[in-house]
Amino acid sequence: MDVEPLLRRLTGDEKHAPSAFSTLDVLWVLYDRVLRVDPRRLDDPDRDRFLLSKGHGPAAYYAVLAAKGFLPPDWLDDLGGADSPLGHHPDRLRVPGVEISSGSLGHGLGLGVGTALGLRAQGRLEPRVYVLLGDAELDEGSNHEAIAYAGATGLDTITAVVIDNRSASHGWPGGIASRFAVHGWTAVTVDGRDHDAVEAGLRQAADGAPHVVVAVVETKEI
Amino acid sequence: MRQTFIDTATALIDADPRTALVLADISAAAFEPAALKHPDRVLNVGIREQLMIGVAGGLALTGLRPIAHSYATFLVDRAYEQIKLDLAHQGVGAILVSVGASYDGSSAGYTHMSPMDVQLIDTLPGWTVHVPGHPGEVAPLLTAATAHDDPVYLRLSTQTNDIAYADAALLRPVRHGSKALVVAVGPMLAPVLAATRGLDVTVAYTHTPRPFDTTGLRELATSGNVAVIEPYLAGTSAHVISEALVDRPHRLLSLGVSRRDLHAYGTPADHAHRHGLDPATLHTSLTTWLR
Repeated sequence: MDVEPLLRRLTGDEKHAPSAFSTLDVLWVLYDRVLRVDPRRLDDPDRDRFLLSKGHGPAAYYAVLAAKGFLPPDWLDDLGGADSPLGHHPDRLRVPGVEISSGSLGHGLGLGVGTALGLRAQGRLEPRVYVLLGDAELDEGSNHEAIAYAGATGLDTITAVVIDNRSASHGWPGGIASRFAVHGWTAVTVDGRDHDAVEAGLRQAADGAPHVVVAVVETKEI
Repeated sequence: MRQTFIDTATALIDADPRTALVLADISAAAFEPAALKHPDRVLNVGIREQLMIGVAGGLALTGLRPIAHSYATFLVDRAYEQIKLDLAHQGVGAILVSVGASYDGSSAGYTHMSPMDVQLIDTLPGWTVHVPGHPGEVAPLLTAATAHDDPVYLRLSTQTNDIAYADAALLRPVRHGSKALVVAVGPMLAPVLAATRGLDVTVAYTHTPRPFDTTGLRELATSGNVAVIEPYLAGTSAHVISEALVDRPHRLLSLGVSRRDLHAYGTPADHAHRHGLDPATLHTSLTTWLR
């Protein structure tokens, strides 16, 4: 994966293995195999939308965007600088290819539902909306407003991806997938480091229901 | 005003495929005909106000012009961070249309009141705020707001003036005098006109407190005495007035709804009286200040 040197350049960190980045493999699979996006056509109305709801620690996101030609690798040398477009939470008005500005948890799924509805209302049935969340982010009640509504209305152009590193303070007894499934989502739980499994999970979306892929990775070190 | 909004929004959704409406159960029954005709653009998310604004932001990201609507306290107070982040921070706008202004819902108690909505919106950059004082002002304001993509807050009330003014985006003088300029915002015009009867003051009306007509203010405030009577939190526009008159000696009286939770029910008129916004109390406040 040619994203690893970019990631090191971004963080200046030689110690941490790529596995320190919980989202890295899922992001790579999305951008390398699944998303229909093109850095030369950022405003294509029929592009897939990828919304990083979990805006914390976007190093892996920036590295993948650089690897795929959305932003110049030079930008990676000044993460968080006063004049840098790359901050510790991404800004859609500063970074090409970034669909939403995120950071405060619990905003991406609502925006994703609205984006999916807006595309449908304009007859754009091809693009799919992917929203990446963290398991701790699901603590925010706003997510559950979106989960319940998307399930009840069968909004089948949205896929949620939940990176589960078991960082939610009070956990999710019964598993995360069940939270979505009870509202009518199709749900699959995969190994978040296994690229083929992640891709297969993402491709299991079906007509008539929103889809969630729970990508399990190593438990977050406290 | 609410019925005018429902009729106007229904017509706009019919006429303009860019317009979309997001509801959180409030007024959903009234919009049922529009929803049956345009199910993709009239969306009721249930009692989920955070989602209502998030969806509005998402719709706007795809190029639609969303209108989100509920009681002010649910629409603005409850979903404030969504308004802050899911709209302006994303670089998109929406039209937020509220009912239940200040103490319109007095009989329901403080849980259904929002006297602080305009002040909350005023913490955010770039918003246009319309506070119509008559149902006849609602349709043109809403229609104009659908023609662009900027953030607009339209605050509807059950309190109304006798006359609709079409040209009140700027300060519109409705009575002339020499001792002070009294600005009445939205439905405060009727009580202000009654309160200033016989006083030697200019009364100017606006239904658009943001952006505030500071040019008109400077032209009309020749006496240096300015009173601003607003139907929401007292002092909401004080910072704008002070800034506009920073190079001139002036006195400012800011009247509006107090911050106090009255823990009381009753009618809007009861609440107007207790907040000092009935004609008699306004008259006393103004004459004391002018003395």
